[in-house]
Amino acid sequence: MAAKKMGLQTVKFQNPPSILATASIVGPKEGQGPLKDYFDIILNDNMYQEKSWEKSERKMLKEAVEMAIKNSKVPYSNIEYFIAGDLLNQIISAGFAARELGLPFYGIYGACSTISEGMSLGAKIIDGGFADNLVVATSSHYCTAERQYRYPLELGNQRPPSAQWTVTGAGAVVISSKPKNPRITYATTGKVIDMGQTNSNDMGSAMAPAAVDVILQHFNDTKRTPDDYDLIITGDLASVGKDIAEELMKWKGFDVTNKYSDCGLMIFHPEQDVHSGGSGCACAAVVTCGYLYKEMINGKYNSVLLVATGALLSTTSIQQGETIPCIAHAVAIENL
Amino acid sequence: MQKLTKEQQDYQNLVNLKKPKPPYIKNIFMAFLVGGLICVIGQGIMNFFVSRGFSIKEAGAPTSATMVFLGAFLTGLGIYDKIGKKAGAGSIIPITGFANSIVSPAMEFKREGYVFGVASKMFVVAGPVLVYGMTSAFIIGLIYYLFKL
Repeated sequence: MAAKKMGLQTVKFQNPPSILATASIVGPKEGQGPLKDYFDIILNDNMYQEKSWEKSERKMLKEAVEMAIKNSKVPYSNIEYFIAGDLLNQIISAGFAARELGLPFYGIYGACSTISEGMSLGAKIIDGGFADNLVVATSSHYCTAERQYRYPLELGNQRPPSAQWTVTGAGAVVISSKPKNPRITYATTGKVIDMGQTNSNDMGSAMAPAAVDVILQHFNDTKRTPDDYDLIITGDLASVGKDIAEELMKWKGFDVTNKYSDCGLMIFHPEQDVHSGGSGCACAAVVTCGYLYKEMINGKYNSVLLVATGALLSTTSIQQGETIPCIAHAVAIENL
Repeated sequence: MQKLTKEQQDYQNLVNLKKPKPPYIKNIFMAFLVGGLICVIGQGIMNFFVSRGFSIKEAGAPTSATMVFLGAFLTGLGIYDKIGKKAGAGSIIPITGFANSIVSPAMEFKREGYVFGVASKMFVVAGPVLVYGMTSAFIIGLIYYLFKL
């Protein structure tokens, strides 16, 4: 059996790769949220001096990557891989940002789970001895996501209370073989779970079972319990999904009430009119790169299980009446 | 739609239990209020045209045109979507909402060009209304014609 494999879906890193630096850029609405002091750049407007929202999104992604590399003090030429993905068709934000960045590029798609999918793959490349430094990044933009998945912005429609608000922002993480805290210690790869949900205005309910499945698998594989973590944090289940996830974990005998949180609930104030909470690739990414990383450096948290969640639907699959397949990836981030 | 398994059905029951309900009473009230207000404005405009010498039948067309203009104008200013968020059906059903449903995608897809963006996406929301509206109008017209004979 592979030496670093634990159980069915988990790897334990032998030399846990470090998170050397992060960077986060967010839009104006996120910049008014409770985590505003943790973000590196807050945009004044959603366009970011560009001609289209798509260009604005990829500019955020590119600049987050450049800033994270700069913060890491690793020379640019020593960054060996750029792993990124986003929500737009054919992941154009990632691909076009890679064109500008000129780094060897792996494009990945895990919808809103992209940040933990990327961190999981990145840590494997580092611990496998295939590279010493690489950068993982993702982005999303409210305006690009709305026009792709839903309606024009100016259409006067009403959203149900379970709807979520796509976070405008980008987050980048430099992962390195240098021994420095915090480290990525475990990664559990999720399976695609489909519990038959069809409502694209209620992603939290669709994704909650995938998050719970990978969290329980992580505990099973590692023989760890919620007590081993200061914080278990899901990506963008928001209020509806988080509630359901807690309930499902309780059924399985895991009480996580006091140490479970969700990025989608943390990034906005309830009065910011975002209905159920935040979503999008950037939701988990900017909370990880902004809040989590900084609070781990400060020592508020020493052990975090990050579980970014993604819904693998498209407008075509929804229109053809298909249910929503979902995924979640867990990475354990610890100060050793 | 696929048939749900037992496990999926149980999960659906849990979701139904946890899912927040929209504030129906408030939504109905706001729709009634705003929808009514839009009709009052329409009536005011119609009265204006009648006072300028149009017959009631003739005043219909310029009144609709004015309301469409107002809906489109408020969409352009970025106001109509804010009204719609509160009013729901109250601002979707009147003709101003129809204008909003055509102007908003036209604005949104301008960056894809005037042919493949504005022109081809313009009816992306209103298209089904036009297709089925006209089809049912034709069928009802036909029935009316046949039975009148």
